Amino acid sequence: MLSSVVSVAFHGVAYGMILYVISVGLSVTMGLMGFINLAHGVFAMAGGFVLSSFMARFGVPFPLAVLSAFVLVALGSVVLERLLYSRLYGAGELTQVLFSIGLILVSMASARLIFGDQAARVLLPDYLRGQLHMMGRDFPTYRVFIIFFSLGIILLLWFGVERTRWGAMVRAAVDHRAMAQSVGINTRLLFMATFALGSGLAGLGGALGADILPVQWAYPFEHLVYFLIVVAVGGLGSLRGPFIAALLIGVADTACKYWVPEFGAFLVYAATIGILLWRPMGLFGVRA
Amino acid sequence: MSGYSADTRIRWTEWLPWVAAGLFFFLMPEYLSLGARILIFILFALSLDLILGYAGIVTLGHSAFFGLGAYTAGILSARLGVNDAFLQLAAAAGMSALLGMLTGAVILRTRALTLLMLTLAITAILLEIANKWSTMTGGADGLSGVQVSPLLGLFKFDLFGRTAFLYCLIVLFAAWWVVRRIIYSPYGAMLTGIRDNAARMHAIGAPVYWRLVMIYTVSATMAGVAGALLTQVNQFVGLNVLGLEPSGDILVMLILGGVGRLYGAFVGPVVYIVVQDTLAKQYPEYWYFGIGVLLIFVVLFARGGILGIFDKLRDKWLSHSRPKSSARASAR
Repeated sequence: MLSSVVSVAFHGVAYGMILYVISVGLSVTMGLMGFINLAHGVFAMAGGFVLSSFMARFGVPFPLAVLSAFVLVALGSVVLERLLYSRLYGAGELTQVLFSIGLILVSMASARLIFGDQAARVLLPDYLRGQLHMMGRDFPTYRVFIIFFSLGIILLLWFGVERTRWGAMVRAAVDHRAMAQSVGINTRLLFMATFALGSGLAGLGGALGADILPVQWAYPFEHLVYFLIVVAVGGLGSLRGPFIAALLIGVADTACKYWVPEFGAFLVYAATIGILLWRPMGLFGVRA
Repeated sequence: MSGYSADTRIRWTEWLPWVAAGLFFFLMPEYLSLGARILIFILFALSLDLILGYAGIVTLGHSAFFGLGAYTAGILSARLGVNDAFLQLAAAAGMSALLGMLTGAVILRTRALTLLMLTLAITAILLEIANKWSTMTGGADGLSGVQVSPLLGLFKFDLFGRTAFLYCLIVLFAAWWVVRRIIYSPYGAMLTGIRDNAARMHAIGAPVYWRLVMIYTVSATMAGVAGALLTQVNQFVGLNVLGLEPSGDILVMLILGGVGRLYGAFVGPVVYIVVQDTLAKQYPEYWYFGIGVLLIFVVLFARGGILGIFDKLRDKWLSHSRPKSSARASAR
């Protein structure tokens, strides 16, 4: 029993970390721009495909491939933001929902045409394979790596938002966009940079998490509910909220699958409804 | 367009869909089962148009009611042996109405992302239940063995789908009549008011929340009836009636036709299902690609959908031939 508790907690935390790295950008862009972007999973899927095809086809080493997943997805998202998203800032939520569903469909079809029906294969380097012996137990090295690497990214992100000038501008714009604009913050540029960062992080999360959330063409639809839950339960525009929500969901989902598989994801959805009814703005939401 | 002051008598153009359905019945008898499916999705889209187009409730979970209706009818027949078509419809309507009222009463106090998330979570929960409770629902294999006894003891569901088509047509006609009555009533005017400016409706003393719960319940009932019809026509229920995907599909159909204009719900499913039927089986990737591009195009350039494009063309033509008529168009 105890050993299964440890293992559920361990895998749940790894899962939660990945969920957070993928979804945090969604929370910030939704909080910042009020854009309901259901297509966020597209960036995560793109990251996964970049990682796997760079490694398999061009023989790029793992760290470099992860980095390129981040950079390429961030750059790609800037193009999308300038061409399409920016036209719909301030449009109604229905418009944004439909637009992002359209984007999901296009990207799913493209992914299926290019990569076929198979899930993307990620070949881990030798130093990330095998088991790590800690406290008298074995843990898969890669999951340990995921946890610590994500933790590093998260700390960096929090430092950036809490302690840098860029972070102060983001926080100002989330709290009151008109005021931020009138004190001279270039919100357009800020949006673009933040969107790129958020999408890049999603790409990174999708790439790193490929062995927890298998990357294939249906990815953006399949995992959409979980990304949205993280953001809605955590609260828009907050960094802390989605972190706690992601860990909760990661652990709860792993625990449910382990102990009560006959319920499936039922309990997670029920808990989501409960939390949202109790706190409609999410646990730490700035705005609904 | 719609509204309290509009002339509410039925215009001659409004009979066109029914004439078309009649012609379809006689001229294309080999496609009647496809036709029945289209009618069912028109009914489903119509129910979504009530809450989305008229009351402005953006939902990703409308399949919850459709699926509940479908499973209610299926379980009644396959598990409990109730094969009467109208009993199944009534039960499906009742269950969906109940779910619509209960969930509506709870979730309609929220808005934006929270509301979207709650509607999505509700249909996801139902999907999980249908998937896992396989002794009742058949799980992933679906529920087969659904039977429908002859309507009124006279009309058997035949192999060519003649009875099914007419049956669906009659139900749709009744629903259309109800919807039309609702949207041209003072209550309908109140709904569009809430959609356009909820704060003002509060200010003039309208019970906004209760009005929304009411229309949500009506819409849920209609969606449940549509689901039950699908079960009866297919004599089968599968998991594909629940969850995000059918919600997205019906949303796309409605948007393509044109939202908030009653007949958009008629045009959208016809176009969507006919194209899907011819294209999707051979080239599923291209089908999704095309529908995605179309959706982005509609959102960016043609907010009114297919009917909106027709309206624009007509206005252009009218203002070309009679310059003064543009004043009428802009006055609404």
